[in-house]
Amino acid sequence: MSELTSTDAAELGRLLTAGEVTAADVTRAYLDRIAADDGAIGAYLHVDAEAALRTAAQVDAARADGGALGPLAGIPLALKDVVVTEGVPTTSGSKILEGWRPPYDATLAARLKTAGTVLLGKTNMDEFAMGSSTENSAYQVTRNPWDHDRIPGGSSGGSSAAVAGGLAPWAIGTDTGGSIRQPAAVTGLVGHKPTYGSVSRYGLIAFSSSLDQAGPMARTVLDAALLHEAIAGHDPLDSTSIAAPVPVLAESARRGAGGDLAGLRVGVVTELGGDGHTDGYEDGVLARFTETVALLESLGAEVRPVSCPAFDLALPAYYLIAPSEASSNLARFDGVRYGLRAGDDGNRDLDEVMALTREQGFGPEVKRRIILGTYALSSGYYDAYYGQAQKVRTLITRDFTSAWADVDVLVSPTSPTVAWPVGARVDDPIAMYAADLCTLPASLAGIPAISVPCGLSDGLPVGFQVMAPALADDRCYRVAAALEAAQDSARGSRFLDQLPVRSAA
Amino acid sequence: MSTPSRKDRLTRDEVAHLAHLSRLAVSEEELDLFAGQLDAVLDAVAQVGKADVADVPPTTHAVPMTNVFREDVARPSLPRDVVLAGAPAAEDGRIRVPRILGEEQ
Repeated sequence: MSELTSTDAAELGRLLTAGEVTAADVTRAYLDRIAADDGAIGAYLHVDAEAALRTAAQVDAARADGGALGPLAGIPLALKDVVVTEGVPTTSGSKILEGWRPPYDATLAARLKTAGTVLLGKTNMDEFAMGSSTENSAYQVTRNPWDHDRIPGGSSGGSSAAVAGGLAPWAIGTDTGGSIRQPAAVTGLVGHKPTYGSVSRYGLIAFSSSLDQAGPMARTVLDAALLHEAIAGHDPLDSTSIAAPVPVLAESARRGAGGDLAGLRVGVVTELGGDGHTDGYEDGVLARFTETVALLESLGAEVRPVSCPAFDLALPAYYLIAPSEASSNLARFDGVRYGLRAGDDGNRDLDEVMALTREQGFGPEVKRRIILGTYALSSGYYDAYYGQAQKVRTLITRDFTSAWADVDVLVSPTSPTVAWPVGARVDDPIAMYAADLCTLPASLAGIPAISVPCGLSDGLPVGFQVMAPALADDRCYRVAAALEAAQDSARGSRFLDQLPVRSAA
Repeated sequence: MSTPSRKDRLTRDEVAHLAHLSRLAVSEEELDLFAGQLDAVLDAVAQVGKADVADVPPTTHAVPMTNVFREDVARPSLPRDVVLAGAPAAEDGRIRVPRILGEEQ
């Protein structure tokens, strides 16, 4: 195995800047890995080796000319297929967009292009980001590099599998109810959902507009912070974009890795796996979580339990709000302006063609959510379902607000279980939804939350979630980096270094 | 608001009606499958009715929303040929659509 494909992105950036490796070398190393292993993993929906090598050559030429290049120039990257990319096929995991080549770049794709990153390809995902296992992709199953019979999480499961499997140094995911954090947790990555509004949504194919947020998925906390900084910041093209300076995250990660958390006040959320709330949580997950809380204390943090009663209703509130917004957002897929058109034989009218197009183009989970959202928004049910869910959303935000009076961060497991076997939950939507139990409160409140690996259970990764107040993303990185450094030091290696050893065993 | 009454099960006919409203030409098999699944999902999400929300305002967005203005300056649109290249059918520099009126209209 090439050493370049096990090198952290931050270190790759240093090697590239120092001229010790070329962008072409690094890109070729990753393309070789993709050619060798992606047949088994299925992380990518689209890879354009020629385009990647062309971009890499341009970066190398610019560097040779002495041009001023940013720290990310020449580092390869994978984008979740929900991110619109000019001229590069973009499907959002759906047949309704098969073959579509967007005429423009999402803001984050444009920023990463300007930064000189090399796009390796677009990663698989649950159709329109609806799912927790990536099995709702209309195209293929993606496998967890830790165990190919298990799911890589979702909906950003192509991105998680690519990074964990060494097929990309880092990747962009999107998180509506946990779709960055949960796949990161079950594949042993760091994944961060930024404060809502701090990363532009322009050019992300919308699922639930009041919740959707893009963020980094990486092998280390520092890498995640560097990638986050590259995509963050105000964008006039997104009217929900927050006009605040780009947060200082990499520096927080570096400082956090020093390991001193003295004075940090940490709240352990009772409702997320605590006393009386352990139903559905695996023992191994709770054991790793408890050990990690103890580790925080040993680093100087002051730990106390915090009760957030409204979190018990986060799951029902989310599964009303997100489908309601989705049923409206997905109305744009009407077979008229782009994507699939079915049954247009000259005899059928627009309504019939639209209904046939959507029937053929959407998969079962998307149809279920459109129907559910239509129901929740319909006259006579609106107040009882959608309206009530929005009020529960207020209660969840209030629970967070009162917690911040006493603590700096809140912690919980990222997901109640480790990766489950492929196929185990596909016919049971409720069981699938339960994977999001711990990630939903932060989504509904729009606050930042990170997942960092905290050990193995039955040989599979477990994630630890750190939540912080809005715009205090730096706290997530600081705490996660302290945990990562302490665990790496105790283990004598990085978390993902356990993966190839295990495969060889 | 009280807990939604779940004594009324979501029927196959209601799912068919909702699918029609959503412009989804669902199959008979899907109607059977979805009716059961969605009824179970509704049981789960109806739990929101348990919350005491007297005097609680709804949250539509996590961040305060204010109207956003930009300068009223014309900017170039995407080139017509680029947009039409992504359309399912185009004719005479326009997107071609199925007929929108019935014979008798």
